[in-house]
Amino acid sequence: MVDESPSHNGASTGLAWRPYGEHGVLIECHDLKEVHALFRSVCGSDLVEECVPGAQTLFVRPRDPATSSAELVHRITSLPAKSDSFGDGERPLHVVDVVYDGVDLDDVAALTAMSVEEVVRRHAAPTYTVAFLGFSRAFPYLVGLDPALVVPRLESPRPSVPAGSVAMGAGFTGIYPASTPGGWRLLGRSRVTLFDEGRDPPGLLAPGDRVRFQAVRP
Amino acid sequence: MTLVVRRCGPMLTVQDRGRRGRAHEGIARAGAFDHRCASLANRLLGNDPDAAVLEILLGSCAFDVLDPTTAVITGAILPILVNGLDASPNHVLELRRGDRLELGSATDGLRAYLALRGGVDAPMVLGSRSYDSLGKIGPPPLAVGDVVRAGLSRSGEAWFEPVPVRPRPALPTIDIVEGPRYDWLSAQARLDLTQGRWIVDPASDRTGVRLRGDVLTRAAEHAGRELATEAMIPGAIQLPSNGQPIVLGPDCGTTGGYPVVGVVRERSMPDLAQLRPGQHVRLRLR
Repeated sequence: MVDESPSHNGASTGLAWRPYGEHGVLIECHDLKEVHALFRSVCGSDLVEECVPGAQTLFVRPRDPATSSAELVHRITSLPAKSDSFGDGERPLHVVDVVYDGVDLDDVAALTAMSVEEVVRRHAAPTYTVAFLGFSRAFPYLVGLDPALVVPRLESPRPSVPAGSVAMGAGFTGIYPASTPGGWRLLGRSRVTLFDEGRDPPGLLAPGDRVRFQAVRP
Repeated sequence: MTLVVRRCGPMLTVQDRGRRGRAHEGIARAGAFDHRCASLANRLLGNDPDAAVLEILLGSCAFDVLDPTTAVITGAILPILVNGLDASPNHVLELRRGDRLELGSATDGLRAYLALRGGVDAPMVLGSRSYDSLGKIGPPPLAVGDVVRAGLSRSGEAWFEPVPVRPRPALPTIDIVEGPRYDWLSAQARLDLTQGRWIVDPASDRTGVRLRGDVLTRAAEHAGRELATEAMIPGAIQLPSNGQPIVLGPDCGTTGGYPVVGVVRERSMPDLAQLRPGQHVRLRLR
């Protein structure tokens, strides 16, 4: 299903979308940059109750359930664009200190045929962007990982991963906000408080924010 | 308006209408799973619709009443005893100091609701008093010895006429709509989804109801493909690679990587909440 109205970012093709639930729509984007541009203009608008970015999609549920899907998408396309979008220099940059002594470092080094030092150097080199938050308690999925570091997740998840663990999986890197089960490869640990339910917003990171890891001594 | 928990079944939590509009922050909606029964209990007491109630999984609870309390029990069918005498569900109960309220094991349905006039008092966390079992956000599950107080939420007139309990069908039917990834199902799987009988797996909880039955196969063009992570919502029917669907509950994670082949209609979510492990259920596209 394709809405024929001009897309919000000026592309001539319009937005492709599918219904998601009785009232929501899942808007399909070309890439994460487009997802974030849409997210920034839609999130917080009176029009929507919920809007959730994914890797290539944006889920939107209207505040008024009587709004038809086509009407919703049409109104989304006419919202003004915001400048501070995906990985933009204007988005906050968080520098996270990491002690790189994770239990999976040796395995990652073996899988990538690199030294541990090289794995750490490559992981701490890029400026990552928060693609989206998910799982539970605002787990940040960060993009920008060196392709040489992409390794499969653990065959079976650990029952408990300590809060603050810095890990990689599914082509993303991330930080565990709380002690939960997890199947990503653990590279190190940080002391950053990602989630504080007494704070509003409770999450430190928002989609589009930038993150850099800095190797520190224990 | 104070009760003390003397016995609690497998899970006793505070729930209201949940945290809405926070999924992009990675925060689940939570809230009463059977929203119809929770809101009936509040309506009978004249409570604000946002008042919190206790969600009682499977029953088997006892409370001592410390102060006069006006309460209603709705949801799953279970024995309700006040000082050992039968009391009615969907009916306003005037409890006196020293009374003991006991709930037996549910015989029909899975989740009962205990509402107090004025709402259950609990700290508001991120706009809701609901406990999110996945994110561990909000007031933790109640334990023996915990005190339950009624809050001061605005209350109108209570409704003293009992409301009849709706009988539940032996083979419940859950109404669904096609999900955004319905096209990932093979032609055969599209038939199996709605024509098969599903069995509720015991490993079901507030994050999701797992169904067992015919293995739903993928359409050839989607076989072995990975879906890029996208939004998950309560009611979404996820299809993991083993072909056994999981219907997401109110505490589901806000994003996921399995295709969503259907979504439960809002009006059927209460029926989903009441499915018992081992029970048979059908899905209907309408």
